[in-house]
Amino acid sequence: MRDVAVVAFAQSEHSFSDLGWTEADLVMPLVNEVLSVTGMDRSEIGFTCSGSNDYLVGTPFSFVAALDTIGAWPPIAESHVEQDGAWALYEAWVRMQHGDIDAALVYGFGKGTVGDQVGISSLSYDPYYLAPLVPGHIAMAGLQARALKDAGFDVDPDPTPPPATDGAAAVILAAGDVARRVCSRPAWITGLDHRIEPHAVGSRDLTRSPSTRQAAARAGVRPGVVDFAELHTRFEHEEMLLRRELGLDEKTVVNASGGPRKADPIMATGLIRIGEAAARIHDGSAQRAVAHAASGPCLQHNLVCVLAADTASDLASEGER
Amino acid sequence: MGNRCAVIGVGQTKYRTKRADVSLAGMVREAALEALADAGLTFADIDSVVVGKAPDMFEGVATPELYLADALGAVGKPMMRVHTAGSVGGSTALVGASQVQAGLHERVLVVAFEKQSESNATWALSTHSPFSASLVVGAGGYFAPYIRAYIRRSGAPANIGMMVAVKDRINALRNPYAHLKIPNIDLAMVEESMMLWDPIRYLETCPSSDGAVAMVLASEQAAEAAGAATGRPPAWVHGAAMRSEPMGMAGRDSVDPRAGRDCAADVYRQAGVTEPRRQFAAAEVYVPFSWYEPMWLENLGFAEKGSGWKLTEAGATAFDGDIPWNPSGGVLSSNPIGASGMIRFAEAAQQVRGQAGEHQVAAAVDGSRLALGHAYGGGSQFFAMWAVGARKP
Repeated sequence: MRDVAVVAFAQSEHSFSDLGWTEADLVMPLVNEVLSVTGMDRSEIGFTCSGSNDYLVGTPFSFVAALDTIGAWPPIAESHVEQDGAWALYEAWVRMQHGDIDAALVYGFGKGTVGDQVGISSLSYDPYYLAPLVPGHIAMAGLQARALKDAGFDVDPDPTPPPATDGAAAVILAAGDVARRVCSRPAWITGLDHRIEPHAVGSRDLTRSPSTRQAAARAGVRPGVVDFAELHTRFEHEEMLLRRELGLDEKTVVNASGGPRKADPIMATGLIRIGEAAARIHDGSAQRAVAHAASGPCLQHNLVCVLAADTASDLASEGER
Repeated sequence: MGNRCAVIGVGQTKYRTKRADVSLAGMVREAALEALADAGLTFADIDSVVVGKAPDMFEGVATPELYLADALGAVGKPMMRVHTAGSVGGSTALVGASQVQAGLHERVLVVAFEKQSESNATWALSTHSPFSASLVVGAGGYFAPYIRAYIRRSGAPANIGMMVAVKDRINALRNPYAHLKIPNIDLAMVEESMMLWDPIRYLETCPSSDGAVAMVLASEQAAEAAGAATGRPPAWVHGAAMRSEPMGMAGRDSVDPRAGRDCAADVYRQAGVTEPRRQFAAAEVYVPFSWYEPMWLENLGFAEKGSGWKLTEAGATAFDGDIPWNPSGGVLSSNPIGASGMIRFAEAAQQVRGQAGEHQVAAAVDGSRLALGHAYGGGSQFFAMWAVGARKP
């Protein structure tokens, strides 16, 4: 794969109450910040992709207003996923593999404070058999915590959710020499993969996360060499489960940023994990970091991103030596 | 553009007002299984799944890829959910194609759907946001002023929209999947139908449909293997692009949007198209309101500015014209919103594969000409297009 790096990351000062900011208000300063940090002009961005969820504020096309703020003129090559911004980053990374563009802008945003999160999360579940029961994300997490407790793990079987949060994040990806030009220590993406599991929690072993294991293997997570990991753990019990599936040992510091338990702007939370992990490479405190993003009840869908101070081709040539 | 990519399988449900016989999952699976059968494959052959649909409020199911993972055979695979407003069907195809063009996957299943009967689209498009006033107009009320501006600018005769409405519904009679079948349609019937949003009459607007469409996209190697196994040729992607522009910007021309022109220019550059009217054998273009045919004829470079309506009036875009537009019957005949863009992309592919059945345009199969698939959305601000051909690019 082509060498692509996270060269800039910005996130909002996340809020646990609605400060009256629109999604556009949240996104615009971050886009300006990542452009400013890299010294890049908008015209150098070859592809833009964002992630958001219409139901958070109860209006269709929430991404349209955000687009109004990013300076999409002249018209830009742009796409949007109704998923966490981590998946928007995935789409941009895939697009960059074509080889004809060298930089991409990715952002994710969510106003979690203005809606009923139990109701909204329930609308993501099977609409015929599950959603009408309005189980919500906390009760679903409880099923997983209970399964882990019953399997002998030391977890609290009565999970508490993180506070609803408003916030956003933005990232610039750049390839090869462009990355080296705009960033003194690019966080190279040496592996990126995501996998989904069956929706019905009854058909899954909730003490495991095979999709995380699968994505980690494909992204090239190797035990013993991961300095930092940023995991999309909205509930405490998820950390031990994910550590195990990712093969992280005790030396790996998890969620040094505070993690989603301290700030959970839905649809940006996963992208922030990638940004925070990249920031540890940028500031020199890590050689290799792992970021994880999750979606769906009981970690149904998992994305794993490996970031390193050296590119995959650097590492390969070292291996040859 | 990256590696070569081709369409090797297409599946569609029949479009209906209400598909009460299937769940959401059953409906998307129906299209997916048909696409797999067309490609001579099963779910086990698929590396990645991309789904797209318009706003989640249309069915009241948020982030539906989670619920649909099982039905679409996505378990253990990457799954994406694209949402780019009305253009989403086209964008979903392009996101899937991108994974092949990147060299990441051999075979990607792309699926787009809408089950409009589960909700009310005009309501879902008009909900009151906490931060801005709602127009409560739905799509027709939003686009009618643009159409009036087009008529004023171009001096087009008042019957052009009605001619498109008749033409596309006559085309739909040849398409077994089409929703609206109005055998005796004529200009008088359209003219007599109720005025909804002046100048858009009832029969000049698209229906609300339930339905899904799916395609299997493949790498060069996988496409050649599938073509040899099934005897049905692939449709090769010759050019593909997305463009977006802001909704609110002083000076933006929402009647003839620059994003549409730029998107077409990018696709044409990749595909080597300099004379679209001559080099395309057929075009499947997103025309949800009749007047958008002449408007897009100009925006896409098939006609000079101000003269798109003359092509419609002369019959050039009819099934037997020199450049048939929407031989399938188009969005005016079937409109499961989130799928409508991908149906355009899929119908363009079927034309160059020679698989369009009774609405096959003869000139599309000789391999020398391409077919265009087009979708737009938002406030005429999001565009997705591709050009496909029977010959390898």
